[in-house]
Amino acid sequence: MKHVMEASHAISDAVKAINPAVIAAYPITPQTHIVERLSEFAANGELKGQYIRAESEFGAISACLGASATGVRSYTSTSSQGLALMHEILFIIAGMRLPVLMTNVNRALSAPINIWNDHQDSIVERDTGWLQLYGETAQESYDLTVMQAKISEHKDVLLPSMVCLDGFTLSHVYEPVDIPEQAKVDAFLPGYTPTHAILDPQEPMTLGPIGFPSHYMEFRYDLHDAMKRSMKVIEDVYKEFSETFPVQIKNSRPERYYHIEEYRMSDAEVVLVAMGSVCGTIKDVIDSMREKGVKVGLLKVITYRPFPKKLIVDKLKGIKKVAVIEKAISMGSGGPLYQEIASALYEAKAHNAELRNFIVGLGGRDVTLDHVKDIIETTQSGKGDKEVWVF
Amino acid sequence: MRIDLSKLKRKVGKAEITTGAVLPSDGSTERNKTGGWRAMRPVTDHAKCTTCSICWVYCPDASRFKDKDGKYDVVLDYCKGCGICADVCPVKCITMVAEAK
Repeated sequence: MKHVMEASHAISDAVKAINPAVIAAYPITPQTHIVERLSEFAANGELKGQYIRAESEFGAISACLGASATGVRSYTSTSSQGLALMHEILFIIAGMRLPVLMTNVNRALSAPINIWNDHQDSIVERDTGWLQLYGETAQESYDLTVMQAKISEHKDVLLPSMVCLDGFTLSHVYEPVDIPEQAKVDAFLPGYTPTHAILDPQEPMTLGPIGFPSHYMEFRYDLHDAMKRSMKVIEDVYKEFSETFPVQIKNSRPERYYHIEEYRMSDAEVVLVAMGSVCGTIKDVIDSMREKGVKVGLLKVITYRPFPKKLIVDKLKGIKKVAVIEKAISMGSGGPLYQEIASALYEAKAHNAELRNFIVGLGGRDVTLDHVKDIIETTQSGKGDKEVWVF
Repeated sequence: MRIDLSKLKRKVGKAEITTGAVLPSDGSTERNKTGGWRAMRPVTDHAKCTTCSICWVYCPDASRFKDKDGKYDVVLDYCKGCGICADVCPVKCITMVAEAK
């Protein structure tokens, strides 16, 4: 059924639909309406699961770890400083292969204090062993939330996942969203059946033991391998979801979900690469530039972890001018997405592209149509610096 | 068992591992003696001990036990000498003594 709602509320509805046994969250800044709505559902008796109001994000994510270890679905949502406070536990959850589910509303990190949108908070967590999926719209945020449960809990994956959506631009903005019937979600998403870990006093097992130098590295390899192998399952779930839930609202999501979305790429000579809501602005600019004969396209990255390296290389191979537009920065080095794409192209001996990095929208700075037009023109001209900050 | 641990075992490199490093609960905490880390040893004055059990409750390992006289004492196989028992004892009957002496 079609609703007009903010992405935060779409996520709350998605979480209610996937019915976690435990939701643990910290309700104060930088929390969003996601948890506010979920706590209302809990107070109204609309949630079947347990809602835990934690004393901090560290407590919330730890409660999710414990709950997941008992063999049930657990969920939390956070943002910026809250995610940073969860950092230590993110590694532990991934290492224990617990399929904890999280929504991260992307917001900037202090200092200076800033509550607005960029991707720095989740990008710095890319190495934790969590799957990361980035949504462009409220509809994608809803859909990815339903899909993340199926992906994370798949017996061949068993990895925690983070659906990331832009703070304010999506979280607080009203858009049309199609909310499918509960019965259809139930049919799509089975319950979580643990196959490797259950904390049960009746049948005790040891979880989270010490890993000596003789074994630690093999466990880390196994985690890395599981991340890479999850690519196929993610692809299958995207496909199944797209077939089960066809598009109801035009342009609210890709027709067929995939690790990436290609927009007017087939004959493109200039390609922009980006993640999240800025892709909406980019698509608008592409449409108007196309009318003037500029052959420009967009490669939107949805699956960021695992990184669809091969796929991105295949799509960018032969493209002469590529601009990576991102809302995060590795201080003293450059844009993280840019670096990964540059290294992937080099590895594949496909590094004939003129690759540029545009840092945009940090701390909620607007990314306007004119900004994107300038980015396209600069990239096309081949002049100027490799790394450009769009102020 | 609801979890079949044998199915989780596999070889990576030279090591045998399980998904998420889960292990059967076969009493490894009891088997692995960890008292060797200790630098200070708690010595209990049984004449003063009132058997209140507070040291037993607070011990972060399982290193306090009631001896045959009903008084509390230390299990040196596991005690790491943290001194919490001496700190919480209300009658101060536990003294921390350097292992070297």
